[in-house]
Amino acid sequence: MHDKTLRELAASLEAGEFSSRELTQALLGRIDRLDGELNSFISVTAEQALAAADAADAARAKGEAGPLTGLPLALKDIFCTQGVKTSCGSKMLDNFEAPYDATLVEKLKAAGTVSLGKTNMDEFAMGSSNENSFYGPVKNPWDLGAVPGGSSGGSAAAVAAGLVPAALGTDTGGSIRQPAAFCGITGLKPTYGRVSRYGMIAYASSLDQAGPMARSAEDCALLLGAIAGHDVRDSTSVARGVPDYTATLDDSLSGLKIGLPKEYFGEGLDPAVAEAVQAAIRVYESLGATVREVSLPHTHLAIPAYYVIAPAEASSNLSRFDGVRFGHRCDAPQDLIDLYKRSRAEGFGEEVKRRILIGTHTLSEGFFDAYYTKAQQVRRLIRQDFLDAFEEVDVLMGPASPTPAFDLGANKDPVSMYLQDIYTIAINLAGIPGISVPAGFVGRRPVGLQILGSHFAEAQLLNVAHQFQQASDWHLRRPDFAKETA
Amino acid sequence: MALEQTHVQRAAHLARLALDDADADRYLDDLSNILAMVDQLQGIDTTGVAPLAHPLDATQRLRADEVTEVDRRETFQRCAPAVENGLYLVPRVVE
Repeated sequence: MHDKTLRELAASLEAGEFSSRELTQALLGRIDRLDGELNSFISVTAEQALAAADAADAARAKGEAGPLTGLPLALKDIFCTQGVKTSCGSKMLDNFEAPYDATLVEKLKAAGTVSLGKTNMDEFAMGSSNENSFYGPVKNPWDLGAVPGGSSGGSAAAVAAGLVPAALGTDTGGSIRQPAAFCGITGLKPTYGRVSRYGMIAYASSLDQAGPMARSAEDCALLLGAIAGHDVRDSTSVARGVPDYTATLDDSLSGLKIGLPKEYFGEGLDPAVAEAVQAAIRVYESLGATVREVSLPHTHLAIPAYYVIAPAEASSNLSRFDGVRFGHRCDAPQDLIDLYKRSRAEGFGEEVKRRILIGTHTLSEGFFDAYYTKAQQVRRLIRQDFLDAFEEVDVLMGPASPTPAFDLGANKDPVSMYLQDIYTIAINLAGIPGISVPAGFVGRRPVGLQILGSHFAEAQLLNVAHQFQQASDWHLRRPDFAKETA
Repeated sequence: MALEQTHVQRAAHLARLALDDADADRYLDDLSNILAMVDQLQGIDTTGVAPLAHPLDATQRLRADEVTEVDRRETFQRCAPAVENGLYLVPRVVE
């Protein structure tokens, strides 16, 4: 049962093939046996999971089951979960039990899902390899010498390894799509504001967005329907109706206009990745789509603009960790300033400190206009590139990452790590949705095809991704690591 | 815009991060490399381009000025490092 999609599991539960408790126990057993090697979970909440599974089974017995009732999943450890450790991958929050549930968590609980635990991540979602976690790196189930991607690396690895059928992640510059690509699963970053950020620990508030990571586009559609929507507790969540994302999955792609941004196929792209992506695009042509080249001329400025805007927002957001109200506090502070400075220096890891320092510097007197204002102006140009492109085509396609998963420890210096996000980061700056779907392999390591749509085009992206998955089987491949023999 | 040691120390102080000299040297190198990459922005003409703060150009929504949250001070203080009588404890600030 660990191989099945959410939709298949829902059908099995409905048919009485097994109960949610049996399913939950089976997956908890796999986590117990396999995750020592993988390190994809920070906390496993077996007791709460079994209680939720029992409640789901009872609801089903009474005829009150919904489409997600009794289905297991995992939550990136960035979502506040009442009474459960919410660490955000940081020593700073190693002792933090959230006093409330994030809106997304509340909605998933109300839908009857069963959370098995909290997944590993780069500290405060800052990273592209999951190597910045206080709880240690996560391994890629396809190749244990490779990273799973980041920052939602634990969520991606857990789904790929068959520990859980789906997981929730967050994406500020690629943190759902890149690990989904590296781990051979499907991951959707919705439009900015589509999913409430309430209770999701903030990194860069104008870029952060939560989304589903699963084994199929269809499962992502199911989950997005459950988590999307307006929330009075998040003023940036958009008051706009939530369609049934599963209703349009089977729509024909005949006449679909696909744009290939030439900047996404240039220098730095691994030829084997390019080949896999081109093969996927030929599948779309066979489904009746037309393909043309487009240009996003400001692409090369996305990483520079991001590394002003995101750290600036982070330096402000992370000022709340002061050693006073929650989180780590240093021993024997001499005075208040000492308490702040040492609590923060001890609680935060290297990459987080680097970004706080960059953000503080670029926002400081004498530098603000040259960096922050300039980056926000460039952000508008980057968004305009996409708006112009969507005047000509329906969706854009390209690779999710220039390479497949790289080796653990391969990118030692920060800038070379940042450059990995070249194809994902502009999407957050523009606020548009994007999805990564499995589209082949380079050796043992998966390749992700990224599909981008205009604001609020999630239904279209899911339709386009689903149709590919009806015509290909990359999303059905499972790593040897997941094939337990015992 | 070359970064200097004093910039790193100033940012660390503003951000309330303790840094020793060895840390500051390392961060000077890292931050200089990052800012060198960021400096590509300076080459582009943005005259007349309005800064973009929100990807949907949304403005802050307003709501009626009514109390909607209940008092949960005790719950919220349970995760604090040190509290007493409903107050957060910090080192003495006023002598």
